[in-house]
Order: sequence, then structure tokens, then C-alpha cells
Amino acid sequence: MPSERTADAVVIGGGIHGCAAALNLARQGVRTVVLEKDRVARHASGVNAGGVRRLGRATAEVALSVAAARLWRDMPALVDDDCGYVESRYLKVAFTEEALEEAERRVAILRQQGFAHEEVIGQDAVRRLLPAANPAILGALHVAGDGAAQPYRTTQAFRRRAEALGARIQEASPVTGLTRRGTDWRVEMPGGALTAPILVNTAGAWGARIAALTGETIPLEAHAPMLAVTQPVAPFVDAVVGLLDGALSLKQYANGTVLLGGGVRGRAYPDENATELDLKGVGRFLSAAFRVFPHLRNAPINRLWAGIEGYTPDGLPVIGRGHAEGVVHAFGFSAHGFQLAPAAGQVVADLAMGCAPAIDVTAFAPGRFTHTYHSIRQDSANARAAAT
Amino acid sequence: MSAAPDLLAPDLLVIGAGPAGLAAAATAAEQGLHVLLVDEQAAPGGQYWRGVEAAPAALTAVLGRDYAAGRTAIERLRRSGAAHAPATTVWHLGRGSAGLEVGLASGTRAQLVSPKAVLVASGALERPFPVPGWELPGVMGAGAAQALLKTSGTAAEGAVFAGTGPLLYLVAAQYLAAGVRVRALLDTTPAGALTQALPHLPRALRRSAMLLEGAGWLAAIARRTRVVRGVEALRIEGTAHAEAIVWQTRHTEGRIESPHIFLHQGVVPQTNLSMAAGLTHDWHEGQQAWHPRTDPWGAASVPGLFVAGDGAGIDGAAAATASGTLAALEICHQAGRLDRSARDAAARPHRQALKRERALRPFLDALHRPAPQFLVPRAPETLVCRCEAITRGALEGALALGLDGPNQLKSFSRAGMGPCQARLCGLTLQGLIAERSGRSMAEVGYLRLRPPVKPLTVEMLADLEIAPALEDTDAL
Repeated sequence: MPSERTADAVVIGGGIHGCAAALNLARQGVRTVVLEKDRVARHASGVNAGGVRRLGRATAEVALSVAAARLWRDMPALVDDDCGYVESRYLKVAFTEEALEEAERRVAILRQQGFAHEEVIGQDAVRRLLPAANPAILGALHVAGDGAAQPYRTTQAFRRRAEALGARIQEASPVTGLTRRGTDWRVEMPGGALTAPILVNTAGAWGARIAALTGETIPLEAHAPMLAVTQPVAPFVDAVVGLLDGALSLKQYANGTVLLGGGVRGRAYPDENATELDLKGVGRFLSAAFRVFPHLRNAPINRLWAGIEGYTPDGLPVIGRGHAEGVVHAFGFSAHGFQLAPAAGQVVADLAMGCAPAIDVTAFAPGRFTHTYHSIRQDSANARAAAT
Repeated sequence: MSAAPDLLAPDLLVIGAGPAGLAAAATAAEQGLHVLLVDEQAAPGGQYWRGVEAAPAALTAVLGRDYAAGRTAIERLRRSGAAHAPATTVWHLGRGSAGLEVGLASGTRAQLVSPKAVLVASGALERPFPVPGWELPGVMGAGAAQALLKTSGTAAEGAVFAGTGPLLYLVAAQYLAAGVRVRALLDTTPAGALTQALPHLPRALRRSAMLLEGAGWLAAIARRTRVVRGVEALRIEGTAHAEAIVWQTRHTEGRIESPHIFLHQGVVPQTNLSMAAGLTHDWHEGQQAWHPRTDPWGAASVPGLFVAGDGAGIDGAAAATASGTLAALEICHQAGRLDRSARDAAARPHRQALKRERALRPFLDALHRPAPQFLVPRAPETLVCRCEAITRGALEGALALGLDGPNQLKSFSRAGMGPCQARLCGLTLQGLIAERSGRSMAEVGYLRLRPPVKPLTVEMLADLEIAPALEDTDAL
């Protein structure tokens, strides 16, 4: 029996990317339902470091990141909430000449592509911007005008705005099956099913499982990047600070607490929604923190945690139309998707509506990991070479 | 903290040197197990026997015979061969890939050890008592006031005691017995509580001696200070320090000036460790608290982890000695030190003691169940989360956005994220959600806790010393 079409688009995954996609779809009048297996912002979207940075992005991501940065500067216009966004400088500091030279090469490449936001600054400038930092720092990769936001609050703001525009968010609804019904997808979950022609997969670390239900294999690993936050300490830094030659991300909030991370991974158990810390790994980014700011040695740690995130083999997200008709994937952001969300939501909505997105996302093509994809790319490259 | 090789991977790690932990550590060590007993305090005894070894005779007389009995329990521990690590905190308890993983901290050192079994005997803590002004200096729990008396023999002159529960009356009676002036006792026991409790009285009579003791405290208090019954609202006034407490009954109200306000409305199991370890917990309606789920030996839902004493459910010190012993006997049995019949024979008197002690509890629980307005504050300006300064009113704002789970409320409002690790607000948050949503406390659940269970510094964690057994995990 053919089931009735119950929505125009079903978005699977109620993280920030799902909510941003739903917001952009609903804005175009698309009847959108978001299915979230747990609660909105339960995983990576709610517990990440809240970094809103263009600095240090892979070159393929810079255009999307720059577009997102413009949206971040006026979040109230987009989601009716400032999301706790505070603009700040970002510095990735270097203790070695080699790291600085590599940073110079990176800046040169970005300049060639027309992006001027990153620059290398020297020892004096670092000492001026980070007076509490280790004087042995030689320089830094620097950007002004990035910032940080509160991830849980941000995701909830996207959710509320999407709902206000007519999207429906359904929590505690894990998708158990996807089948084609004519030109529609039938989306099964415990106690019901939805039918819609458009399927958006924003399932984060579970994205490859949803892709598999559409018949598509996309490599993805779940990991649990770890974070720590200290008890309040006297104000000492107003920039977000990372390391060029090591794992560290550090920022101090207005309440004095200091967030420490750096992508060091704990153990992820996506089937159980559980993570375990690797306490030895925590030590790695904590040591890096007091290498940069020696006085942090004595700061008491208040909380440690890890979130479950999906990582692709090349560390770039999967954004693009799926193998099967009507499917758009946007997952596997590999621990740097939070900042991209406002722009990615627009791109995903464009892809879902069959339009060409305003930003080129071919580098993120879902099929890029397959052998066929690479031989086709190679063939066309050969053909182009032959034609010239 | 000892770093002897067998103590990096002891047969049994006992957390907490109160009645349950002392009995368990001694019992297991007497059976030949390598036991490490870790405790936050400088001297063993827990809250109940705090400072008992050093207490002068006059103070011991005020604190009573049951207090003095702590010396015997501590002497037994010292003879048993168990290693005792004082001034040592447990900041992590979990499962690593090589088994149980316990994070210890002492001074400026942090260690990760891998015991074969762990007994959590972390005891109880005072239930949060959120009324306007409860965050002011000069306001403390009656239990904390008793701890001061036990450790330093100091007592605040002219204090006001407010709330309900045996400990409140006991401490007030002890203050009076020590010759300290008490301004008043404001009793918040709800009017209908006795009627609710009466059906449990026949069973409680099996511990009539304890009931009589409690009645004795009340009589002594009523003779020597002002007692106001049926108090339905409380507010503490003051700017930089408590200055007065304002009370209200159904018919009358009053204001008493005092810089010392001792609040108390019962104790609840200290579950931060058992929650952090991922143990299954059940909501106990009678005690209005979470209890880790255990079998009759104290074995919890994670293999190798046991919970005993008030940390498993409030039953008092005598019951804690019994439940600590029972857990140790089962741990010895699992370690091959006691066969089944020896374990069961040794357990029998402790089972009987446990049954006797527990007979009293339902009566006391019903009699001293806090009134709803003291579990979840009514006034919007009342601080719920003191660490992050979040009021009931602010939480209402988040609830109005549909964030109706404890974790959603925490993530959005930051309530419960501060250094106290929700010890002072977790149950209030849960109660507020239950009240607003009409769901039961069990349905609402508790918020997820993040390590460290106790704070340690960035450097201590960075320089973590890891037991060889846990280092091996890299090879796996």
C-alpha cells in the first residue's frame, strides 16, 4: 500500500547541521521534519569547544568557512539569538622556526587564492597580544575577527528558528530503515514512518550508517575528542590560542574558566552513546597548555569530557548529493564543523532543492573515497590535459 | 600515598574510611587480601567518627557512646594490615580497557591505579536546602556544624537551627549539652508527617532504643531553647553575611537575628562517584534520593564494583558497619579466600544487624520527608546552583524553551556545571523539572556528571602516574 507523503524533506540528525539545514529548507517553504535519535544537540553539536574560526582551515574549506564567518557576525538576524558569540583573535603559536616557515608558506597559498585573513606575526607581536604566554614563543599564525560561541545554546537557537519557520523536530526518533517508494523515501522509526522525496543525512558520527541504509558506502570513523575546563582563574587571555606544532586549543571565558582541547581522542562507543576518556591523552593537551601559559599549571580542572564525532579519511566533511536519488549528505565534519554550520545549512538546502549551491563543495563529494570516483576524475583530468 | 607495587593494583580499594569503609577494609585484610583504604580526611572515622582518635574526653562525653565506639573500629583497621592513605581524594572511577581504573590524588601527585575490586563507601551528604539567602556566609549545614565541633571542639554561640531530621535534633542537643547557647530551633517537619509515618511505627519499634534516644534529644532541646513547629517558609537576610532568619508558620511569623544559621533537611547518599562510574541507580521514593542498585552483598551493576554504607542508601552508622562487612566477605569469596559456607556463616550476624537497623528507616524517612517547598524553592530569586549563580527564575526561562531534561537544562543554563559537581543543586534541578512537567522524579532522572569527581590541577593530571597494569593497555 503506498503511504501518503508526510513531508517534503526529512532531515536525519538533530545536531547543528540538521537544524541549520532544516532552518534553510523551512525558510523556502519546504515542509521539513528533523528526526533526532536522542535529543537535539546531544552529541558533538552540544559539547564541542565552540570555536568559530577560519584560521588553519584546509584550503578546500576556506571559502565555506569565510562565508560562514560573515553569517556568524550577525547571528541574531539568522536565528534571533546571539548564541553567546564573542569575536576574538585566533593565534596558533610556534616554538620552532620550521613551524613558522610552514605557516608562511600556508599564508602565501591562501593569498594566491584571494584570502587575506591569515597572517604570520613575530615574537614581539605575540608578546603584545599574549602577555601571559611563554616568552620562548617565536611567532604565530594570526587571524582577527574570528570568535567563539556557546555550542549547545547555538544549536538550540537554530532549532527554535527552524521550528518558528515551520519545521518539525522529532526527538527520540532513531531511523531504523530507509526504502524507496516510487519517487519518495519511506523513513522508518520505532512506532511510525514518514514519507518524503528529499532525505538529508546530517547524522554526524552516525552518518555513514544512514548512508548505508540508502545503499551507499562512505568511510567514517567515530572518535571522541576530549576537552577540559578549569575553575575560574584571573583573566589572562582574550584570544583563542592554539599551537602550530602540537595539539592545543585554549580560550578563557568571561566567567574566568579556561577551556582546553586540541583534538586528542578518547574512546567512542556510538552504539551506547558513550565515551571514555583517555587520561594519558588528556595529559598531552594539558602539558601543551602550560607550555604556552606556564601559570596554568596550578589551575584546578573542573570538568573533563568527550563528544562523539565522525571523522572521514581525509579530514574533510562529506557534503553533497548522494548516490541514491533525493539524498543529500552533510556529515563527517571531523571535529571542525561547528563554525561551518550556518553556511553549510544553506548549501545543503540548495542541494536538496536541486539548485547549484553558491559555494563550490565538490571537494566534499560523498563519492570521493570510491575507486570509481577517482578513476573518473583521473580520466577527465587526462582528457583536459589531452585537450590543451 | 603509598606507591608500593602491590598497592598500584590492590586486591581491594576501599573509598572512604567511615563505618562502612573501616569495617570492609579490616575484614578483607584480615582474610589476607591486599587492601588499600583511601580517604579524604587526615584521620580515619568518616563523618560519623570524625576526629575520634584525637577527641578529648570531655568532647567524647558530649558526642556520646556510639561516637566513642569509633576508636575500636579504627584500632581494628590498624591491626588488620590494610594500607590506609589519608588526605587522598578519588577524582575518577571507571572502566578502562584493562579493567577498573581509579584516579587518586594526594598533595601535588595524581595516580591511576587498577584494583581488582573497588568498594565505594563514600557516605552521605546533606540534602540541598535552597531558601533565599542560603548562600550567605554564616549559613551552613547542621552536619557541617557538627563536623566543626568534632574536629576543633568549636561551636557557634547563639545559632539558629532550622529544618527537619534526626541529625538536626542531634546536633542541637549536642550543642546544648556542650553548654552552647542556641537561639531557636525552627522545625519544618510538615504537619501531616506523623500521620504518614505512623504505619511504619510498629516495625520501627524493633529499634525502640534509638527512637527513645531521638525523643530524648527533642525533650532536651524543648527544655533549653525556643522551638517553633510547623514552619512552612524560611528566608535568610543579610548582605555580606547572614544577619537574621525570617520564618513563617500557617498562623504566625517571626524574625530572629543571628549570624549563624544551621540548615538541615536530611542526608542523601553521596552518589557522585557511583554515578561517575556509570553504575545503575534507582530512585528511592521514601528517601527522595538516588540509590546505586546493589545485590544483597553490595555488588553494583559493574563487575568488581561494590557500594556499602550510607552511599548505597541512608541506614545509619551501625548498618554501614554491617553492609561494609558483607561486601568485604563477598569480595573475599570472589577472590578465593572464603568458600561459600564460610562467607555465609560470617555474614549471618551482619545480615541480622542490617535488618534490625533498617527496620527504623521507613518511619524516620516518612516523618522527616522534606516539604515540597523546601525541596524546590518557591521564590524566583532563590539560588538553585550556587557555583554558577543560577536562580529558580533563570531556570524557569530555560524550561519555557522546552529544555525539560536535566542534561538539557544543565547544558543550556550551566546549572550543575560548577566546582561542586551538582552536589548542591542536582536534586533541586531534578525536582524543578518534575514539578513543572508533571513527570515523576524517576522519569526525569539525574544529570550526567563529568570527571574529575574532585578537583585536581592541570599539572597533576598532566603528570599522571599510571599503574603498570594500565600502561599495558597501549600494547592491546
